[in-house]
Amino acid sequence: MRAFAAACLAGLLLLPNGESSPAKAQSAADGDAQAAPAAPSKQTRPVVVASKPFGESYLLAEMFAQVLESRGIPVDRRPGLGATEVALAALRSGAIDVYPEYTGTGLLAVLHAAPMHDAAAVFDTVQRAFEQQWGIRWLPPLGFENTYAIAVRAGTAGRYGLRTLSDLARVAPKLHAGLTPDFIGRADGLPGLAHAYGLHFASVRPLNQALKYRALAAGKVDVVDGYSTDGSIARYGLVVLEDDRHFFPPYQAAALVGARLQRDDPAAVTALTELSGRLSAPVMRALNQRVEVGGESVSAVAASALASLDLTHKSAATAAPPGAARESFLAYLWQRRAVLWKDTLRHLLLVAVPLLAGIVAGVPLALWLERRRRAAEPVIRAVGVLQTIPSIALLAIMIPLLGVGVWPALVALWLYSLYPIVRGTFTAVRDADPSAVAAGRALGMTPAQVLRWVRTPLAAPGIMAGIRTAAVIDVGTATLAAFIGAGGLGDPIATGLALNDTRLILSGAIPAALLALLVDALLAGVEWFTTPEPLRAAARERLRDR
Amino acid sequence: MNGPAVRIERVSKSYGGVRALIDVSVEVPQGACVALVGESGSGKTTLLRCINRLVPFDAGCIAVFGTDVMRSEPVALRRAIGYVPQDGGLLPHWRVRRNVALVPWLDGAADATVRADRAMAAVGLEPAMAERWPHELSGGQQQRAAVARAVAGGQSLVLLDEPFGALDAIARSDLQAMLIALRQTTTLTLVLVTHDLHEAFRLATNVVVMRAGRVEQHAPPADIRRTPATPYVRALLARAGVEAA
Repeated sequence: MRAFAAACLAGLLLLPNGESSPAKAQSAADGDAQAAPAAPSKQTRPVVVASKPFGESYLLAEMFAQVLESRGIPVDRRPGLGATEVALAALRSGAIDVYPEYTGTGLLAVLHAAPMHDAAAVFDTVQRAFEQQWGIRWLPPLGFENTYAIAVRAGTAGRYGLRTLSDLARVAPKLHAGLTPDFIGRADGLPGLAHAYGLHFASVRPLNQALKYRALAAGKVDVVDGYSTDGSIARYGLVVLEDDRHFFPPYQAAALVGARLQRDDPAAVTALTELSGRLSAPVMRALNQRVEVGGESVSAVAASALASLDLTHKSAATAAPPGAARESFLAYLWQRRAVLWKDTLRHLLLVAVPLLAGIVAGVPLALWLERRRRAAEPVIRAVGVLQTIPSIALLAIMIPLLGVGVWPALVALWLYSLYPIVRGTFTAVRDADPSAVAAGRALGMTPAQVLRWVRTPLAAPGIMAGIRTAAVIDVGTATLAAFIGAGGLGDPIATGLALNDTRLILSGAIPAALLALLVDALLAGVEWFTTPEPLRAAARERLRDR
Repeated sequence: MNGPAVRIERVSKSYGGVRALIDVSVEVPQGACVALVGESGSGKTTLLRCINRLVPFDAGCIAVFGTDVMRSEPVALRRAIGYVPQDGGLLPHWRVRRNVALVPWLDGAADATVRADRAMAAVGLEPAMAERWPHELSGGQQQRAAVARAVAGGQSLVLLDEPFGALDAIARSDLQAMLIALRQTTTLTLVLVTHDLHEAFRLATNVVVMRAGRVEQHAPPADIRRTPATPYVRALLARAGVEAA
């Protein structure tokens, strides 16, 4: 209690003016790190800072977090919420407090408004609409746009004198484009661009996100689409052509702040606003490059960026030197073992709890349906409809009800486990050895006794098949739970995808695959154990016949 | 109790528009073995299953040992009546002894296993078979176990639905001999569905010839051989190669 009071006092003394030395702030935070409330706010929980699942969003969120922390405001990081609909739903429900967003995305993907080409007008539109509809506030833009960018090699630009997209249109019939399939298809992508500039390439090849820059650098294609702050633009020394007819809508980056934070913690909002107008596109591109290409940690890059902007006084001493010698993959795993172990345990939780709940709910439901055949098909089909909801959508639906984190993931995974269990159990029980079932009935078993002593034991392999299917689905789908902040082995996968870090992806994907095999093998053992002995023998003989 | 074991009076049954049984009346005296014979679709199996209410009949009356079956609770009725299906219907996940002990076990009898062993001895199954799984038994042994299961609860009426139809000739003959021996040592009443006239004539005290849901003739085997009631019965006998006496 005394420590708490001391921390409060320290907070009162140190925080409002923001001029306290970092050493003092650090020691105050050390004294009672989590409990130190940022007076005079009515803060009752840390500020939940989130991001969407790509590198730049991670980096911006980390900068938000460090700015807040440097002012003694406790932060809870929830990076990698995927994607816009999940992050925005979480912000609207108050599960998170702030995340970086782009005005063009707000205009087109959220408000579904017509494209506009004036950056200030777009900002005003989204500002007003978000405020009115959800009380969500766009802080003044950070200072750069991350819009679609059409890039060429410096050599190409030099040879043809390319500076703008109008220049490109002139020579496009001599050039080969490699564009992401998404860009080729959408109206505000290639079709619209071709129309606006009269642009016609010699050929257009669909190339995936990860490959296109390498293909461009290697001369396999001459033009690619990208985002204006992609780190690869700096890495390969590419030239981004100016959108001189303002075809692409402006995508200004800004912090999106939820209603709760505005109400409860104005100091935090003020701190976040200090980033507004401080980040230019070249700066952001260089920072992205350090993370995505140089392999530096997000927190180190964020810290050094903030220090150079004089927004914090933290040194980047903890940062790994760029281009440090990379250890072997096994050494890398070993070094990450504590995190991996924690992720694996969380993943097991994400599989075991929904699966057990699925068995507890699904098997009795299926047995009950066996006795009420007429209700069976409609009920099972309704459960099946749940299965058809895309996982990300189902997870997004859960957010307004259950917030972000582990609970919505558990419920969503539980819903996914139901169908295979119910369908498998029902079918196996219904189709159990008809002659044994008929004999049981003819000799005077009650329907409940037939179910208990004949149908269910004979259906054991089929019931277990449904459970094993559900388990493997859960292991796989649980990796997506990272997108709603539930953790697990999806965490390194989502972060690795965002940061273009293959080793990080593998450090989650390989254990997840092993876990799926392990869980299935474990359940195969359970199946063997629950299958009546003579049926095991029959199964073995079937195996031998092959 | 001197009345018939089973009295079937004017029973009718339709499946949708198809009339499976039309005004059928049959009496099964206690201790008798009545064989229901006829071609597929003649209604013999439907009639058998009406007796223990596996098939609900539309009209008429069936009494078992003087009690209207419609006044009995179906589960209790079925436990009181033995039943042997064509394929034996042993529960594949239970050992033979547990299968045979089924009905006494369902009734909560403390000596269910003892009764099972006694029933197995009565049908000529070696004690060593008791611990086997059904699939480890020959077809003939499985049918013996099925008969044992049908009598282990002390049933005095047993319904047999083509019990030996799937067996080879030798096993079938052995099983028929077993059934004859069983009737000699007990007071069992049997109702037997078969399409095999030789079997009917060998086992039955009375034969009921059925055709298209009606009784064509109901008489002791010797009478049927001597005086077939209709041209159909005569033709049936001729086809089966049963010589008229």
